[in-house]
Amino acid sequence: MSYTKRNDGRKFDETRSIEAKAGVIKRADGSAYFKMGKTVAYVAVYGPREIHPKFLQNPKKGKLRCYYNMMPFSSMGDRVRPGANRRAKEIAMVTEKALLPVVNLNDFPNSVVDVFIELPQTDAGTRCAGICAASMALADAGIPMNGMVAAVSMGRVDDKLVVDLDYSEESYEDGTVADIPIAIVSGTEEISLLQMDGELSRDELKQSIEIVKKACSKIDKIQRDALKKKYEVKNE
Amino acid sequence: MNNQQKDHILNFFEKGIRFDGRKLDEYRKIKVEKGFSGNAEGSARVTIGDTIVLAGVKLSVGEPYPDTPDKGTMMINAELMPLSSPDFEPGPPAIQAIEIARVVDRGIRESGAIDTKKLCIKKEEKAWSVLIDICTLNEGGNLLDASALAVVAALQDTKMPSYNGKTVDYKKKTKETLPLNLKKMPTSCTVSKIGNYFIVDPTSEEEKKVEARLTIEVEEDGTLCALQKGGDKPLTAEDIDKMVGIGIEKSKELRKFL
Repeated sequence: MSYTKRNDGRKFDETRSIEAKAGVIKRADGSAYFKMGKTVAYVAVYGPREIHPKFLQNPKKGKLRCYYNMMPFSSMGDRVRPGANRRAKEIAMVTEKALLPVVNLNDFPNSVVDVFIELPQTDAGTRCAGICAASMALADAGIPMNGMVAAVSMGRVDDKLVVDLDYSEESYEDGTVADIPIAIVSGTEEISLLQMDGELSRDELKQSIEIVKKACSKIDKIQRDALKKKYEVKNE
Repeated sequence: MNNQQKDHILNFFEKGIRFDGRKLDEYRKIKVEKGFSGNAEGSARVTIGDTIVLAGVKLSVGEPYPDTPDKGTMMINAELMPLSSPDFEPGPPAIQAIEIARVVDRGIRESGAIDTKKLCIKKEEKAWSVLIDICTLNEGGNLLDASALAVVAALQDTKMPSYNGKTVDYKKKTKETLPLNLKKMPTSCTVSKIGNYFIVDPTSEEEKKVEARLTIEVEEDGTLCALQKGGDKPLTAEDIDKMVGIGIEKSKELRKFL
């Protein structure tokens, strides 16, 4: 058996439809909405603000702190119990590392920039959607940045390399699946997030990264356009 | 709160207006959007002014409680998301979240708006559990009324998943809705007291100056089904009667959004 046609009819190197918006949460210093297929992420950024508890203060530079949370009703099937579980904590940690290369907090000693990622609806690819939204929300908050970060999950479904797996592909049963979320720093094209579960050859990994670079450059444009749209001056 | 700010607010109230130009008993613009989530069995997003609240319903099959063997169960939980306000922190639900969940729960439960007997599949063995979660997206004051409205709308939006007697197939939603009694369905109006004035739907700024508040949950015919007094100052019996009057009057407006 071979995976010849994607479940939703997409091309192998085609992402799901993307919708991005900046400035969706008024109380936040910066915020964004990022929708990829049926996966939806809201991100709010607060700060730089004083960090608590105080022993976390760093007099040399500010800290970036991420939180990742699936809303209790966000997934198909059972309710997700509220509160951070091991998975959420790990994703928050890798998200932090994915964003750190572009965030410059040298001018904010003893402070923290908090990034809250909330998912009201999920259909695989949540950490990537979260990173895309977080990058936009940080920019919206006016945090000094050297670039943007875009992320998408790459996958091998049976014998095909496909970009942006949805849940039906992630749980494909007629063959094996590898899931490879990757984040790309704009401009330098460096990789700030790389995880994989499943089996993959060295060559497939190489190809995957190239495909993701292309997809992320498209995502990068969508992110920038959404940010520009918020700050657009409307001429009457 | 400093006294000058309070004097300023009271001067406005004396003229019958508020900082945002509203009358004392006027709600901000309300918007109810049902079905924002395809994965939840029912969902709704409620916007009141700057406040945005999401509510989602999940259904599962479990064992009924031993003291109500012929009834399904219901649970309401509220999360004050740290993304929705600089004042909310990550961690277990704060007392404010617990109060919101419990007051909304009481209104739905005591009004009998959900016919829990019809949620029983097999006495003492199997019944539907209705799990409702409230998540705040932006805090702009009056989270309680917004949450109550979102929960009711999400319940109305709910479609039962298909169940074959053993497992629930969440991918297959049936056309069947929850056994709801719309006439009993409560609306929630919180009336707040600042000085000698009563206001509804306070902004976050006004909320900081509220001395006492009373949440009034009302069924369609005006029957009260849940009350909650809050705030540091006490209320007189006359205050309460006036506030309940305002609550019943406003509930007619809120009911139009169901």
